[in-house]
Parts: sequence; structure tokens; C-alpha cells
Amino acid sequence: MKFGVVRFPGSCDEVDALLAARRVGDAELLWYADHDLRGADAVIVPGGFSYGDYLRVGAIARFAPVMEEVELFARSGGPVLGICNGFQVLCEAGLLPGALLPNTSLRFLCRQVGLAVVNADTAWTRACSAGDALSIPVKHTTGRYYAPDPVLDELEANGQVVFRYAPGENPNGSLRDIAGVANVAGNVVGLMPHPEHAVDPLTGSEDGLAVFRSVVGALV
Amino acid sequence: MRARVLIRPKAGILDPQGQTVERALPALGFEGVSNVHVGRLVELDLDDPSQLDAMCERLLTNPLIEDYEIQA
Repeated sequence: MKFGVVRFPGSCDEVDALLAARRVGDAELLWYADHDLRGADAVIVPGGFSYGDYLRVGAIARFAPVMEEVELFARSGGPVLGICNGFQVLCEAGLLPGALLPNTSLRFLCRQVGLAVVNADTAWTRACSAGDALSIPVKHTTGRYYAPDPVLDELEANGQVVFRYAPGENPNGSLRDIAGVANVAGNVVGLMPHPEHAVDPLTGSEDGLAVFRSVVGALV
Repeated sequence: MRARVLIRPKAGILDPQGQTVERALPALGFEGVSNVHVGRLVELDLDDPSQLDAMCERLLTNPLIEDYEIQA
């Protein structure tokens, strides 16, 4: 089982994602300019500030050469996880519904938040149970999840809401407290919190490991 | 030709930047200001203006959250 972790110009969490993935499998970096997933069984689009967040978060990274391969991989059922900026990139690419807008506070936020697992039947949550409470950090300026109301209704009906902020812990004004969503098939998941920063007791929580473990279980 | 693309947050989507500016103006003595929205301006020279809409839809804006207006 091998993870591929994309590195764009401006990524900053790709090494943490790589190290987190290596706790459960093999992992290597994928270069944004290559049309090559290097045989990865699962792809992580990590956090950071790809292309300096110029124009709109994720807007330019979404057209990077490696993303053509990620799109083909995702559309053929391959597991893809977008974390923070990676979530923004997957939304821009149309692989996930909705968009991320500036936090209502207009401030950069960096804090531990409580999350509830809403759907434990995606490639990236199968090691969890619905209702599980996870403690995972967020660190972003543009994390307010938005989709038009009818789309939100559809997401809820389809089980595409994967993670919600715990009651009272929505840090950014996300509609319906949504912290992470999936595509209809459940192989593509994106979330604003950083599971890769919660894999060691040293930093306060190991709850993020379940996300990486899930995909290993899903592929075996 | 030279073109400008004005990009605005879609009506109905919370615009905290606009709200913050709206609240800041009265503090400076500018009264009677409402409906403030903050968007972006893209200016460009281009050979084929018929491509502008496609540029806006694919890259310059996210049609889910933004409206645009072309001033050629």
C-alpha cells in the first residue's frame, strides 16, 4: 500500500502528510509538474498555500499537470484525500462539491477543534464509527465551507457530509458546521482540519491516524 | 484589446470583508453607506475577446461563489 503526496509550489504540509502516511504504509512525494502518480494506491493533496493562494485558493494548483492524473485516478475510484488547501484544490477541480470562503472572522485560525465523524463509510473514514469524536487541529484563513442550500440538502441526503465541527466549535462559519465532505462514491474526501498533525501523542492527539488507517483497510 | 473583469461575491453569500468595511466607514464619519461588497479586478490585454467568458468560467472566477462583469 503506497500513498502519493502531492507537492505544489507553496505546499507546506506535504512532509507531515508523508510522515503520517508512513505510519500505516509506504509513501512518497509526487511532483506537481509531473504527469505521474508513481504507482500510488492512494493520493493525498496536502495543505499549504499552493501558488501563493493567488487569484483564489486552489484555483491555479487545480490545473497543475499532476492534477490531471489525480482527476483520472479519482474518477476511476482511486482514494484521494484533500487536506485544507488540498480540500480547496479538490473543490476547485470539481472533484468535491462546494467551495471554501474566507473565515467569517477574516482571521487566520490555528487551534485544536472537536470533530464528529458523520459518515464512516468512505474510503478515508472506514476505521472510524459514525458519531466518533476526533480532536484535530485546524489552521487556515479560508475554511468557511459553502454550497447553495439545495446542494447542502443533497449532500446530507447522500451521506456526503463526512465530518462536522462539534457543537459550538465551528471556527470559520462553515454552513451546517461542515468540516469535510466526500464525492458521491466516497473515494474522494476533503476536510479543513489536519489529521496529519494529529498522529502522535507528543502533539496532543493521535485521532488523525484513523483517517490514514481507513484507506489502508479500504484497499486490503 | 484591453479588458477589465469585475468579480464580486455572489448575492446572498456572507461577505465579511464587505461588512467590515461597512462598519468601518461610519467610524470615520462617513454615514449613510450600505450594501458594501469587496471583490476583485482583473485587467488584461488580449487578442481574442470572444475567449473572455470562457476564461472567466474556467479560471478567473469560481461561478459557484462569484459573479463577474466584463468591461471591454
